[in-house]
Amino acid sequence: MFGGPQLNYPTVDISLPLHPLLYHLNRKLTPSEVSFYLLTASLRITFFPKLQLKPVLTVSDKILDLPLEKQDLFRVSELFTVKDLFDARVHLGHKKGCRHRLMEPYLYESSLDYDIIDLDKTTEHLRRALNVTAQTAYGGGIILFISRRRQFCHLVENTAEECGEYAHTRYWQGGLFTNAHVQYGPGVRLPDLVVFLSTLNNVFQQHVAVRDAGKMNIPTVGVVDSNCNPSLLTYPVPGNDDSPVAVELYCRLFKTTINRAKDKRKQMDNKHDILLKSIK
Amino acid sequence: MLMSDSSAAVSPQICGTPALRRKNLGAAGPEKFTAEFIQKQVEEFEIGKRHLANMMGEDPENFTQEDIDRSIAYLFPSGLFEKRARPLMKVRLSADLCFPPCEAVQWGPDGRPFHFLFYTGKQYYYSLMHDLYGRVLKVEKHQDQLRAKGLFPTEPKQIALGTSRWLTKEELEARLVEPISSQDYECFIQLLERLVAMPCCSLEQQFVMSHRQQLEAQSMHQVVPPLQKDDAGVDFSTAEGRRKTSRGSVVVRDCGAGRLTVNGQDYLHYFPVLQDREQLMFPLQFCGLLGRFDLDCSVSGGGRSSQAGALRLAISRALLSFLPQSEGEAMRQAGLLTPDPRVRERKKPGQEGARRKFTWKKR
Repeated sequence: MFGGPQLNYPTVDISLPLHPLLYHLNRKLTPSEVSFYLLTASLRITFFPKLQLKPVLTVSDKILDLPLEKQDLFRVSELFTVKDLFDARVHLGHKKGCRHRLMEPYLYESSLDYDIIDLDKTTEHLRRALNVTAQTAYGGGIILFISRRRQFCHLVENTAEECGEYAHTRYWQGGLFTNAHVQYGPGVRLPDLVVFLSTLNNVFQQHVAVRDAGKMNIPTVGVVDSNCNPSLLTYPVPGNDDSPVAVELYCRLFKTTINRAKDKRKQMDNKHDILLKSIK
Repeated sequence: MLMSDSSAAVSPQICGTPALRRKNLGAAGPEKFTAEFIQKQVEEFEIGKRHLANMMGEDPENFTQEDIDRSIAYLFPSGLFEKRARPLMKVRLSADLCFPPCEAVQWGPDGRPFHFLFYTGKQYYYSLMHDLYGRVLKVEKHQDQLRAKGLFPTEPKQIALGTSRWLTKEELEARLVEPISSQDYECFIQLLERLVAMPCCSLEQQFVMSHRQQLEAQSMHQVVPPLQKDDAGVDFSTAEGRRKTSRGSVVVRDCGAGRLTVNGQDYLHYFPVLQDREQLMFPLQFCGLLGRFDLDCSVSGGGRSSQAGALRLAISRALLSFLPQSEGEAMRQAGLLTPDPRVRERKKPGQEGARRKFTWKKR
């Protein structure tokens, strides 16, 4: 649609109004997708009338859509290389006995029963995750870092504080997302993105927040080790979540992307303010 | 960001039913107030104050809170006994009533919370734990640096903790303005103990002492009777004591004779029983001043044993003015200066005495 990556299958280059459901899409639509979109238009208008409102493109909308128009606006792919991931021991997984069935596509091989995660897949997933984080931060969204590992609790909280976002590395009370109006007070705003530095809790079960974020339609980014379940996460990142080096790398990457995105946003706002002032 | 409709939705709802949109007002906690709301209320109060001043025919500029109270009491006379139920026109921004600090809304106009640990639920407690752990790590890093340079102290300077105690759970709750469970409090104290147990903990002395309460020495509460001089130049002091229903007072003179007069009689006549005389002598024997003082006692009420006890307390108190503070502390620890709180317990109906029940008959 707006200059995405080169694709092998036939695509249609028509300009459709930006649909909220397609904001996460950064590629062109195939003809079947376009026909499906047009055919279901009547159904969508009947059942979800509010979603059909064509967004009025104001200046702030143009600022918000900038990352969707340009490929890798925040230069996230420059932040790390495969060698960096290897040096940070991101490829090391758990033993064969701990392996989760759904993690098998992300594993490269297992030597001496120790699983090794495919770093090419990790780079692709990590770039996508960092892009999403950057776009959320650019749009002024709330990002919540979750990790229940006691070793990295202090590190994660420091990371969140330094990039001006939020962290939760403590005991998860039952209804923090699902019962938010009672827990926090009426009119609270829930996070727009949840980043898991480790998806497991202290008893090696999946963290409750993964399921609760899914229930509340909050997109999730999560570092999944070979013993984790990646199915409920929107943007899983296969990688090691046990080594301090690896977790420090992730924290550094997320902090840099968020800071970059916020600086870019401030820059764009200032530019538009200057433009408006010069017009007046 | 995904919303085309930006009015008061918690999360991006793809589809919704009226049941979801209905807010469960009963389940929400106490109402929270934004800073703008409080500001607006304060402005309205100022305008109302000026109106009231005009109504009363007084100067709006110099209308104080006392004038407001007086005017309201005049315009709305109330016969209610409870002062807090009467009509009131006041703005109280402290933790007293109207807008206590914990009820203020925790997020800004764009919905972003102010505190980075807001989503944990207990932001102040966890931020305190985070801060404390950061300090523990700092001290460890400092210790490692000293060890690397070879300057690790063999006799490290410890923080003086003798005269203070840790804050109680209630005091901590009052400080953090949010409730804490007992497990949370124990974790907090454990982490503090861990910090204090480290060799180089003197780096964080100020932080540790800010979480400790100084213990007041009990001896500082003791009131020492003043040492007076009579016409003959002899030092004397007066004190009173009581036990059960007896009230006694004693004048201790520094003569050096060792005479004892009780109610005008010699003590041997007044207290024929040895036990009572021992009670009188015990304070002097404890301080080793048996033959030094002249005692002039007067006592009334109670029986012989309680009169002796009352006089014992009076003598100990009077002796305080002749002794240094350390000896006085020794007397306090011996229990000589503590008034005996035991009094006769009343008889209850349905029982024969205070505790004795009537004889229980099986049939």
